[in-house]
Amino acid sequence: MVIIVAELSFHYSYIMIVVLLVIGLYGMLGKRNLVKKVIGLNIFQTAIFLFFIKGALKDGATVPVIDPETGIEAAAYFNPLPHVMILTAIVVSVAITGVAMALLLNIYRSYDSLEEDVIMQRMGK
Amino acid sequence: MIHNVPVLIPISLIFFAFFTGILGVMRLRYSQLVAVLASALAFSLAVWGTFHVLNNGELSYSFGNWPQPVGIEFVLDSLSAFMLLVITGTGLILLLFPTKPGFKIEEKRGVPLYAIVLLLMGGLCGIALAGDLFNLYVFLEITSLSTYALVSIGSGKAGMSSFRYLIMASIGGSFYLLGVGFIYFSTGTLNMADVMNLLPELYSSPAVIGGAVFIVTGVCLKMALFPLHTWLPDAHSYAPPVVAAFLAAVQIEASAYIIIRMLLNVFTPEFMARLLPLTDIIGWAAAAGIIIGSVMAIAQTDFKRMLAYSTVGQIAYVGLGIGLANPLGITGALLHIMAHALMKSCLFLIAGGVAHKTGITDINDYRGLGRRMPWTMAAFTVSALAMIGIPPTAGFFSKWYLLLGSLDAGNWAFLAVILASTLLNAVYFFRLIEKVFAPAEPSDASARHPGELSPRLLAPVLVFAVLVLVVGFISVLIVNNLLSPVVQGL
Repeated sequence: MVIIVAELSFHYSYIMIVVLLVIGLYGMLGKRNLVKKVIGLNIFQTAIFLFFIKGALKDGATVPVIDPETGIEAAAYFNPLPHVMILTAIVVSVAITGVAMALLLNIYRSYDSLEEDVIMQRMGK
Repeated sequence: MIHNVPVLIPISLIFFAFFTGILGVMRLRYSQLVAVLASALAFSLAVWGTFHVLNNGELSYSFGNWPQPVGIEFVLDSLSAFMLLVITGTGLILLLFPTKPGFKIEEKRGVPLYAIVLLLMGGLCGIALAGDLFNLYVFLEITSLSTYALVSIGSGKAGMSSFRYLIMASIGGSFYLLGVGFIYFSTGTLNMADVMNLLPELYSSPAVIGGAVFIVTGVCLKMALFPLHTWLPDAHSYAPPVVAAFLAAVQIEASAYIIIRMLLNVFTPEFMARLLPLTDIIGWAAAAGIIIGSVMAIAQTDFKRMLAYSTVGQIAYVGLGIGLANPLGITGALLHIMAHALMKSCLFLIAGGVAHKTGITDINDYRGLGRRMPWTMAAFTVSALAMIGIPPTAGFFSKWYLLLGSLDAGNWAFLAVILASTLLNAVYFFRLIEKVFAPAEPSDASARHPGELSPRLLAPVLVFAVLVLVVGFISVLIVNNLLSPVVQGL
C-alpha cells in the first residue's frame, strides 16, 4: 500500500495526463456542440504534449544548454528531443484547429447552427 | 544524384505546391498544368529510384549528413518504391482529369486547389519514405490536413462529413503520437531500424506493448478498418470525384502501408503476430469488414456511395492480408493496394464523368448507358470485373495470393470470407453491368444526353482500365522483383 502511494505521488502527473486524455475523448465523442468537439480535440492533444514533456524530465537536471559548471554529463540535462518534437506537434495541432475552425465557419453559414442535432435536422430536409 | 532521389520525390511535389498555389489564385488551368508536370517529375524519379533499388539495393538519404540513428533518414527500399509507384502513378493520371467535373470547381475561379493536391501527394510520398517514427507522424498529418480541405470542396453535406472525418482522423493521429511516445521513452530512439534492433529485449515491457497497441489502433482509425470505418462512407461519397478517388486509392492505402511497415520493419512479425495477437485482431476485424462493407454496398442506390462502402470492404482485404502475417498474405495485401488504387480510381472517375455529362448519380438511371457510352462502359466493366476478382484483371491476382495465404495459414474461415465476399461483390457489380448493357428501354436521364464522354474525360478512365489489365498480366513480375524481397523477413 505504502509503495503504491509512493509510486502514485511520484507519477501523479501521469494520472493527470490520463484524466486529461479521457476529458478530451469525452469532449470529442460525447458532446453534441461542434465547438466543444474542437475544444475536446485540443485538450486531448495537449495531454499528449504533456506526456512527452513529462518524459523529458529528470531529477536534479537543468535546462539543456551546456554550462561549464555542470559539465557535459548527459544525465545533468533534460532531454531536449521531446521538446523539439512537441514544438512540431503543436504546429500540427494548431493547423488542425485552424482547418476545423474554417470548416465550422462554412457549416455555420450553411446551417445557421453549430449544434449537431439541429444541423442533422436541417440536413434531412 | 541517385542518392538524392529519396528526398527529391516529396520535395519536388511540395516545392511545386508553392507555385501551383500562387498560379491557382490567378488561373486554375495553368496551375493544373504545373501540377501535372510536378507529378510527372515525381513519377519519373520514382521509376528511376525503383530501377536502382531493383539492381543495387536500398537507398538511404540522411538529412544534413547527420549519421544514423541520430539524424533524420529517408529510406527507399522495395516496399517504399512499390508504394511510391502506386502513389505518384495514380496521382499523375488523376490530375489529368479536367478540373470542372473532377473537383466541381469552375476553371476560371481562383483557388489554390492543385497546391493542396500536390501537398497531399507529397505527404503520402513522405509517409512511404520516412525512416523514423516521428517524421511519419508529421507526414501523416500533412496528408490528413490536405484531405480535410479537399473533402470540404464537395457539395452540400461535405462540410459536415469533412468535420467528422477531421475529429476521427485526429484521434487516430494522436493515438499514433502517443504510441510513438511510449516507444521513444522505452528505447530512446525514433529511427525505425534502430528501434527494431533495440526492441527484442523489451518485448515484455508494458510500455512497448502499450505503444504498439496505440500505434496500430491509431493507424487503423485512419485506414477505416471495420469497426472504425464510420467516417468513411460520408467523407468519400460527398467529396468531389477526383478527391474521392485520391482518398480511396492512395490515402487510406498509405495507412495500410504504415501497418505493414510497422509489422515488418519496426516491430518484428514475431512480436506483432505471435507475442501479441495484434495481427489476428486486424485479420478478424477485416474479415467482418469485408462482409459488412459488401452487404452495405449492395443496399446503396447512389453510385458514389456504393463505391464508398465497397472501399470499406476492399481496404479490409488488405487488412486480411496483414492479419495472415505470412509471405503470401502480405504479398496479396500489397498487390491489392495497387489493384484497388487502379480500379477504384477508374470507377470514381466514371462516376464523376457520367454525373458531369448527364447528371446521373443513381444506379437505376445507368440503365441503357452501355450503347450510348460504349468506351466508358467498357472501362467500367473491366474495373467492375476486377473488383469482383475475375481473371485476368489485377483484382484476381491479389485475391489469389490472399487465398493462397489463407490456405498456407490453414485459416479456413478467412478462405470462406474471401469466397463469400466475391459472391457479394458479384451481386452488386453484375446488377450494374446488367443494367448498363441490357437491351431495356434507357432511363429518361440517359436518353436525354446521348453520346460518349469528351476525350479529355475519357482518356484517364481508359488509361486506368488498361492498367488494371496490364497489372494483372505483369503481376508475377511485380511479385517476383519488388514484393518478394519485402516479405523475405517473414
